[in-house]
Amino acid sequence: MSGSLDSYLVLSGLLFAIGTFGFLARRNAISMLMSIELMLNAANLTIVAFGAFVKPLQTHAAVIALIVIAVAAAEATVGLAIVIAIYRNKKTPLVDEYDSMSE
Amino acid sequence: MPIGETLPFTAVRWDDILFLVLAIMLLGSALLVVTMRDIIRCGLAMIASFASLAGIYVLLGNPLIAATQVLVYIGAISILVLFAIMVTQTKNAPNRLVFQTQAWAAAVAAVLIAVVIVSAVLLTTWPSTGAVAWTSTKALADMLFGAYVLPFEVVSVLLTAAVVGGVLLARREPQAREEDRS
Repeated sequence: MSGSLDSYLVLSGLLFAIGTFGFLARRNAISMLMSIELMLNAANLTIVAFGAFVKPLQTHAAVIALIVIAVAAAEATVGLAIVIAIYRNKKTPLVDEYDSMSE
Repeated sequence: MPIGETLPFTAVRWDDILFLVLAIMLLGSALLVVTMRDIIRCGLAMIASFASLAGIYVLLGNPLIAATQVLVYIGAISILVLFAIMVTQTKNAPNRLVFQTQAWAAAVAAVLIAVVIVSAVLLTTWPSTGAVAWTSTKALADMLFGAYVLPFEVVSVLLTAAVVGGVLLARREPQAREEDRS
């Protein structure tokens, strides 16, 4: 089971689906950002799994996974800063109460 | 005394047991992240899911990626998320509803995505070697600072821009406005 590519890809697909549900269903903006992190993790798991099981991709996949982690860190920084900036104006973290962007 | 490939007295391999335990931990804590009511607990469950994913990276023969996962995700991103939760939590308006009113549509979409991805994975024949190949850190470093040195530099510029942008977006503005007027 741990020696087949399929099991890792299925695991990553399920993790991605859970992240999709959280992103679409939660009301809190920070919960949505956490769900995006789950989806990014699922994509990264796919990259690393292909690198481990397909010989020509081996080292390339690890390098790309490192770069994806760095970009995810940048995304989290800017995303949370935007949420905090909106919270300063609207006094709520719930996205369905953001009915206008300017005030 | 070294432990063998399999569990004593059975034919079950240690790797399979580790994979099952880590996969159940990963999916379980991810489900807790998207369904729990208390958002601080969601953040803590997110740390658990990152940790089990780091374990899976080790099973996949990438200890350096696992170490980066622990350092960047558990060490930096989780702490950032927890601080943002503490800044934006309001005591006077407790969340009665965790989900949007159309959460059922989101559930349908997520199940559809899961079915499509899983069936696509299982129906395709992948060019897999059938065994995990360990990635050597030296080869990774050679490639990162050789063939991939341009993306590496671009990522460093992106991180600098993200830090500057984050500070600019999240700081308080009123004092600057006052100075402009005077």
